[in-house]
Order: sequence, then C-alpha cells, then structure tokens
Amino acid sequence: MKHIYLDNAATTPMARPVVDTMNKMMLDVYGNASSTHYFGRKARSVLDDSRHVIAQSVNARKDDEIVFTSGGTESDNTAIIETALARKSVGRHVITTAVEHEAVLKSMEYLETLGYEVTYLPVNEKGRISLDDLKNALREDTILVSIMSGNNEVGSRMPIHEIGQIVAATNAWFHTDAVQAYGLVDIDVQKDKIDLLSTSAHKLNGPKFLGFLYRRDGLNFASLLKGGDQELKRRAGTENIPAIAGFAEAVKIVDNEEKEARQKKYAGFKQQLISGLQKNKIEVEVNGELASDNLQHVLNLWFKGCSREVLLTNLDLNGIAASAGSACTAGSLEPSHVLMAMYGEDSPRIVESLRFSFGYQNTTTDIEYLIDVLTSIINKLKRSETDGIR
Amino acid sequence: MKDRSQTRVVVGMSGGVDSSVVAYLLKQQGYDVVGVFMKNWDDKKDSGVCTATEDYEDVAKVANKIGIPYYSVNFEKEYWDNVFTYFLDEYKRGRTPNPDVMCNKEVKFKAFLDYAMQLDADYIAMGHYAQLRRDQDGTVHLLRGADSNKDQTYFLSQLSQRQLKKAMFPIGNMQKKDVRRIAEEAGLATAKKKDSTGVCFIGERNFSKFLNEFLPAKSGKMMTIDGKIKGDHYGLMNYTIGQRRGLGIGGNGQSNDPWFVIGKDLEKNILYVGQGYHNEHLYADSLDGSNANFIAPIDDKGTEFHCTAKFRYRQKDTGVHVSLDADKVRVEFDQPVRAITPGQEVVFYDGEVCLGSATIDHAYQKTRVLQYV
Repeated sequence: MKHIYLDNAATTPMARPVVDTMNKMMLDVYGNASSTHYFGRKARSVLDDSRHVIAQSVNARKDDEIVFTSGGTESDNTAIIETALARKSVGRHVITTAVEHEAVLKSMEYLETLGYEVTYLPVNEKGRISLDDLKNALREDTILVSIMSGNNEVGSRMPIHEIGQIVAATNAWFHTDAVQAYGLVDIDVQKDKIDLLSTSAHKLNGPKFLGFLYRRDGLNFASLLKGGDQELKRRAGTENIPAIAGFAEAVKIVDNEEKEARQKKYAGFKQQLISGLQKNKIEVEVNGELASDNLQHVLNLWFKGCSREVLLTNLDLNGIAASAGSACTAGSLEPSHVLMAMYGEDSPRIVESLRFSFGYQNTTTDIEYLIDVLTSIINKLKRSETDGIR
Repeated sequence: MKDRSQTRVVVGMSGGVDSSVVAYLLKQQGYDVVGVFMKNWDDKKDSGVCTATEDYEDVAKVANKIGIPYYSVNFEKEYWDNVFTYFLDEYKRGRTPNPDVMCNKEVKFKAFLDYAMQLDADYIAMGHYAQLRRDQDGTVHLLRGADSNKDQTYFLSQLSQRQLKKAMFPIGNMQKKDVRRIAEEAGLATAKKKDSTGVCFIGERNFSKFLNEFLPAKSGKMMTIDGKIKGDHYGLMNYTIGQRRGLGIGGNGQSNDPWFVIGKDLEKNILYVGQGYHNEHLYADSLDGSNANFIAPIDDKGTEFHCTAKFRYRQKDTGVHVSLDADKVRVEFDQPVRAITPGQEVVFYDGEVCLGSATIDHAYQKTRVLQYV
C-alpha cells in the first residue's frame, strides 16, 4: 500500500543533510560541551556554531539569547512558569489566548493553581484575536502576554508585530509560541519586540526532543530543570550536541527563499485539494480562512455530515495520515478547543473536521491521491447512509 | 466467498485476553484484520477509576505484536443514551437490569457494527464464548460456547439475524484455558491479565456506592411477609431477589436460618425478608415476560412449545413450556425455580441452540404474583 504523510504539523521527517550531520557528530563529537579537555572543547565549538546559526535565524542581538531545551513544551513551560515565578512581586496577571497549544494552556492552569490570574483572549471565526481585546485586558499588574505566532490546528496567524509594539509599551513581557511558524515565516525578535520565543526542531525536519527558547538579554529567571550550569545556568542538563548541530543544519535549509517557496507550494496544495474536492461535489468548508499571510502548511476542513473518526480511520486504512485533533489516553479523539473557541461548543465542525498538514516532501500527486481517496470514502459513506446498511 | 486476505474483519478489542486471541487467530488465518477499542464510559462522569487507558495500552501492545492496525472509537453517548439510561430506569422501577445484554444489542452489535461497516468490514469479530451455525440459505443460529463454564449466549440472546449475520466468534469453540495458552505462546501482553468481572462500566467498584451516585436512595422498612418489622433498608434498588448479604438481621426469627430478600413493594417502599435459602416465597413456577426476541425464525415450533431456559447467567437449564403472544411470553417451569428476578432475561435453548430471550416482568407461584416489585 502507498503511504502518504499529511500530518506535518504533528512532526516532520528529518531532512537528509540533517541526518548526515547528526551521524557525523554522533561518531566524531561525543564530548561533553562543559568539559575543559580537547573533546569538550570540540563539542563546545559545535554548540557555539549552531547557536550562532539559530540566533541569526530570529535576528537575536546576541547568540547567548538562545537556550537549547528539549523542545516546544519545555520552552513554553519555562517561559511561562519561570517568568511568572520571577515576576510575582511585580504582578500576578497573565494574558494568553483560548487557542494556544496545550503546553501553554496547561502551564497557565498551573499558574492558576498558584494564585495567578489568567485572561484568555477569545478568537473570531478566522482564529484570530482582536488587538482591542488585548489592549483592554492589559493591566498594571500584567507580567506576561503569551500569544502564539501561528495556530497548529487551523494555521491562523496572530498579529505578532502589532502585539509586540503594544506589549512593549507596558510592564509585561511578551512570549510567543512559534513552534508552528518558525521555519516557515519570517521571525524578527527585534522588529517584533519579542521577549521570549519557543520553537521545536522536529517541526522543520530537525530531530525530535530538541528546541530552543529565545530569551531577550536582560530577562532574569531560573531554569525549569534544576541541575548543572549548562546554557549559562539557564538550562540544566548536558547538551545534545549531535541534535543541536542537526537543528542548525535544518535551520540553514529554510533560508528566506526556501520559506517563501514552501509557503507558496503549500498554498498551491490547499487550492488543489479544495477545488479538487469541490469538483467531485464533496461538501467541504475551510475552518478558519484561506488567508495569504496564514501558515500555509495547515489546512483544516469541515466535511459536512461526516464523522471525523470514520474519515480518519478510513484514510489510514487507505494509507493516508491526517489528523483530527488530539486523542485522550484511551485513544479516542477529544473535542478541539481551537474549533470550539472559533465556532462554539455545539458546532458540528468539532466532530466533522480533519486537519491536513503539508511538508516539503509532499507533491501534487499526493494531493491528487488524497482527493481520489477522500471522494471515494465520502461517496461510499453517503451511499450506505441512503441505502441503510443495516 | 472472497479470499481471506480480501475479507476485512473488524475485531472489537477490549484489552482482555479473549479479544486479543480473536485478533491473533484471525490474523493467523489470513484475514484483513483491524482492531478497534470501544470507549463507552466517560471516566469524568463519576468518582471511579477508569481502566480504559490501561486497556487501550494493552490493545496497542497486542495489536502491534500481531501486526494489525488499531483504533479507538468513542461510544460514550450511545452507551449513555441506550444502555445506562435504561439501566437507571430499571433500577428506579425496582428491577434488576442486565446492562450487558443491552450493551450487546445497542452498542457492540449496533453502533460498533455500523462503525465497522463504514470501515468496509465484511465481518465484526468478538471475544464472546458463543458459536454461530450458518444455514445454506444464510440463516444464522446462535449456539452455546464450547466451554460450558464460560458460555455467553445469555448476553447475546437479544440480538437479531441481521446483527449476528455479520458476526464471528472465533474462540466460541474453545476452552478458556486453551485461549490463555494460545495468548501465552503468541507472547501477547494480555496472556495473564485478570478477567474483568462485574458490569463493564462499574468494574471492580462497590456497586451500591456507584448506584447511589446516580440514584438517590430512599430508605424504608424491612419486614416479613406477615408484617413484622425487622429493620431498615437503605433503598430498594440496593437489593436483589434472593440476596443474603448486607441485611444485618440477627437470628431473632422462628429459627436460626439466615435471612434473605424475598420481595419488594415499590409503592410502599418495603423490602420483604424471610428466613432460609429455600424460603417458599423465593420459589416461582411461572413467569410473564416481554420484549421476546428470537434469533432465527421459530415458525416450526408454533406459539406453544417446550424447551429449556436460564433465568440468569451461569444458571443450569430448567425445562419450560413457552406460550407466545406477539412479543409477550408466558413461561411455565417443569419444576419451581428460586429467585426469578424481574429485569433479567429468560433465555431459551433447544439443546445447544440459543433460541432467544424475553425480559422477565413478573414471577408467579401458582396464580399468585410474587411481590418482587
């Protein structure tokens, strides 16, 4: 059976140059970057070079503003929890949105148990917040604003540049979860006045279990993990040098030209998929919008009258990997908090939608195959419905 | 018939040893096997510990070992609306329902079957100890499981032809110990897992405590049939006909025999108790039932026939005379039967064949209705 991977917002395959770099590093550079001998220095040098590449990619002022972590979750947890703990004498109010990733939302819930107050900004049907809502929510005791750069379920972008300017004029720090956006759209921490930014390597063809937290120079807070003095005391634990070198390699691949090319390619996939389905008379609607400034690799579609569980399972049995939100520990799908925030708790979209997310390895042939398979599945389901299978 | 590799069988995998072996055997036989775990109970709804996570983990381990795809499907709404609501309603009426019968009828062989058909299944397979015999014309007959100790036809007796036609019970012809042996030899993670007992959603928890979370208990008097008060009961729903445990009555009766529940009066909220396991009030010689269901047509038998019956799971068969009137039945027993319980099924057998069943409404001693509800 042919297998097509259209779940690149969950994770991506590693790029060949990344694998090659990592293989070489694993064999040759096994020293501990904190050691003072030859092997340690060699590792340290790779670490410094990688950090430089990554710092440049977000236009950091200094390389040391980049702290390597185990990934998006740890970066988000650190940025939110440790900022709140460090700034509790300044205030105990935090602002976020209703459509953040669990790594942010669960951190917020944790802060609430510690007595912090959290404001969750609503989103419209396009999955975007309003700047007026943000302005109205900001208070004197607001210590942190955490708003994602781009949404992982519907691809909506938040007005990060404008948010950065607004927050910079207050006492609060600005954190953005850029896990989905990083590597696909331009991020400039100076221009956008970002204080803290989370990323993950495996979303851009790098290794899993690795990410970084950008923290603007001058912000002081503790490491989430307690231990050694690595990363200038900002993240305890021995650095994974091969993975970090692989991450830098992955970042080098997605230069500005490549990012633009990918956004364009994925936007083409979106058009191809939607018009192909419409041509086949499949009733389909976009959740969110087809905006040119959105993250183009994510497409969330509402298949009217079709159960997402049935669709997803049928797709998998036909070799196509997509997603319909997160699963509970017993494997069954949870309702999407993002779609609920956009369309209300009772919208049929919540149980009738699928997310397709594209990667650099996908081709128009893949999308063609997806259109064929989806059409035949949905037509068969509609037929059996009218025939009455039982 | 289609080639086995082209025949898709969707297996209802519970995370137990029986359905694990079902999936394993079908895969060995060359079928296109898909494992599906049903999540029927929302553990956030009550205070108990849900085993769904653990069970799903076991499904994943077993399915990966066998080399089949596996999925989870959520039937919480279907279970709540069609099984649990019925379950509570029956208790409110003072009866003792059988949710497993209803779960098979409404969830496993309906919602799940529909779901499997939407996955292009040719059959669904389950780990029940029951067997199917298919006639030339396609008619299906339900037969007792080969392991008489495990036979589960009681719970399948309300299913229709249409439901059973699409079913397979691959371990129905096996002994439980052989099922475990196969699981062990195949290295399945569930080989030594303890069998689940009790009602699926309640599991090993305290039954009364669970029930009282959903139904407010109304305490009342506990008395003998001739009106002597023997104490208080804590809600009629917490007792079932023939029960001995939990009455808390000392031997202050006519003898030293233990006390048993012999009846309930729902209107007056009275629990009747009497002494002796063989208390005469516990014995009935006939019953009325409704919701009669016959798995295959019984035209050859007419509306009056003799067969055997079980009145609860794992009971020995008793000879009975059955009179049918549409979906109502009147059943006369060859000899008196102890503790006939309204809400349970009376399941009919002709030798090894399970004919079908009806839900017990009233039990009689001669012409007198036993005060069971």
